[in-house]
Amino acid sequence: MRVRLDADACEGHNRCYALAPELFDVDDYGQAVVIGDGTVAAELGDKARLAVANCPEYAISLEEEEL
Amino acid sequence: MTVHEAAAEAPGGAGVPNQDSASERRDPVTVHEAAAEAPGGAGVPNQDSDHDAVYGPVESWERDFDHADPSYNRQAHAVWEQLRGSCPIARTERYGGAWLPVTHELVREIAYDTEHFSSRGVVASTGRPDIAAPIGPAPPITSDPPFHQIARRLLLPPFAPKQIEPWEDEIRLVCRQRLDAMGEIEPGTTVIDAALQYAQHIPVNVISRMLGFPLEDDDLFREFVHDQLEGVNRPVEARQWAFDRLDDYVDNQVREHIEHPRDDLTSYLLSAEIGGNPLSADHVRGTIVLLLLAGIDTTWSAIGSSIWHLAGHPDHRRRLREDPDVWTFAVEELLRAYAPVTMARLVADDVEFHGCPMKTEEWVLLPFPAANRDPEFFEQADEVVLDRQENRHAAFGLGIHRCLGSNLARLELRVALEEFLTRFEEFELSDPEAVTWSVGQIRGPRSLPVRILAATR
Repeated sequence: MRVRLDADACEGHNRCYALAPELFDVDDYGQAVVIGDGTVAAELGDKARLAVANCPEYAISLEEEEL
Repeated sequence: MTVHEAAAEAPGGAGVPNQDSASERRDPVTVHEAAAEAPGGAGVPNQDSDHDAVYGPVESWERDFDHADPSYNRQAHAVWEQLRGSCPIARTERYGGAWLPVTHELVREIAYDTEHFSSRGVVASTGRPDIAAPIGPAPPITSDPPFHQIARRLLLPPFAPKQIEPWEDEIRLVCRQRLDAMGEIEPGTTVIDAALQYAQHIPVNVISRMLGFPLEDDDLFREFVHDQLEGVNRPVEARQWAFDRLDDYVDNQVREHIEHPRDDLTSYLLSAEIGGNPLSADHVRGTIVLLLLAGIDTTWSAIGSSIWHLAGHPDHRRRLREDPDVWTFAVEELLRAYAPVTMARLVADDVEFHGCPMKTEEWVLLPFPAANRDPEFFEQADEVVLDRQENRHAAFGLGIHRCLGSNLARLELRVALEEFLTRFEEFELSDPEAVTWSVGQIRGPRSLPVRILAATR
């Protein structure tokens, strides 16, 4: 599973950074940045889903990888 | 006409405070009460908005709404619920014509449509701003694209999360000083005013320090806020007097900073450049006015409304005391349920919006608090679910004008509630009828008498 960020849609609400700091950072302007390539470790699945479910701008999505 | 607020918010039933208990049964024709909430207004001329309001009592929320009628904020949740069922875009001829959409979908659509709806004016009042788009009188909140992004980018860094986090200790200190200043507390007897003695002081202190303005001018800042944001229904000349007074104050502070530059936001703006040129004097003044006003009664309202809620919900107080993990969700949920800020837009050109013929220069209110209680968008929209897991609330707006100070506001709200609950484990409204609510686009308690039932020192 991987998190994806639509940087154009992000308005800097910072909900993802608050709920899933292992997956998201913020830049100097308060805009969200995906950490690394966005791969979600198994134990962080719930946090990734929280980040999606709390973004007011619908800027975050989850990509389920097929095996 | 009768309006009813869903009782769902008050699972506890009896004894739960309800700000609408008196007003919801009244015909709006008879509800036009003095705006007695003027904070610290003694001795200031032209201050009494109840004496020179231009408009009379509201005849109908559908066709004659008035966001500055004292009955509006007191029963706002009921008004929005009624309108969602009968007329999701309300109309008024007041203020030179205004519209009030109340569903999440409509509010969202307007917030994203910066072409038809200009931010040149964001406080719906009797007049219209005399500075043209796309800059507007208080950039970037009053700016439209493309200038908006330039003005906003200047201000994003000082309000980014990692710049705001270090303010936590300072905020906590202010909260504790205010709690200490309440003096001896006798549980079961002592009544404090959680709005006047606590909530209203917290945001003023931080923004004064950030701007490098004298802390002892805090009463004056609250007067500015009252004049600008509550006195919207006063004659244009009276509003102009208030604008001039605020501008004069800011100009003096700017002059002082030009002579003695230091490490604060005012000096930062004075040294900032756009395209190699310094900001115009109007830009600097307008941005300082924005920073000074926008962070004060908004956060104070969110803190006050949250304490008002907790006063009636011992189960929620207990949960917050016992479950530290719930806080991150609870703060957002309180922001959703009691979002203080409604913004406004001006219709840029005649447009037909969902069947409504909106005319150039008419106001459109953006009630984010109403969007936050739309049952089409949120499950159990009228209930406070402290650990709500899916919460795309719009308390800080949607789209390009997302509240610049949202990280600071969140921090102040969380710390203010933590400190209040640590000091006062149990409390209740001493007289629900005595709670007074603000007037205008920012909604929150202005007087909040709370009886302390259990305290620690």
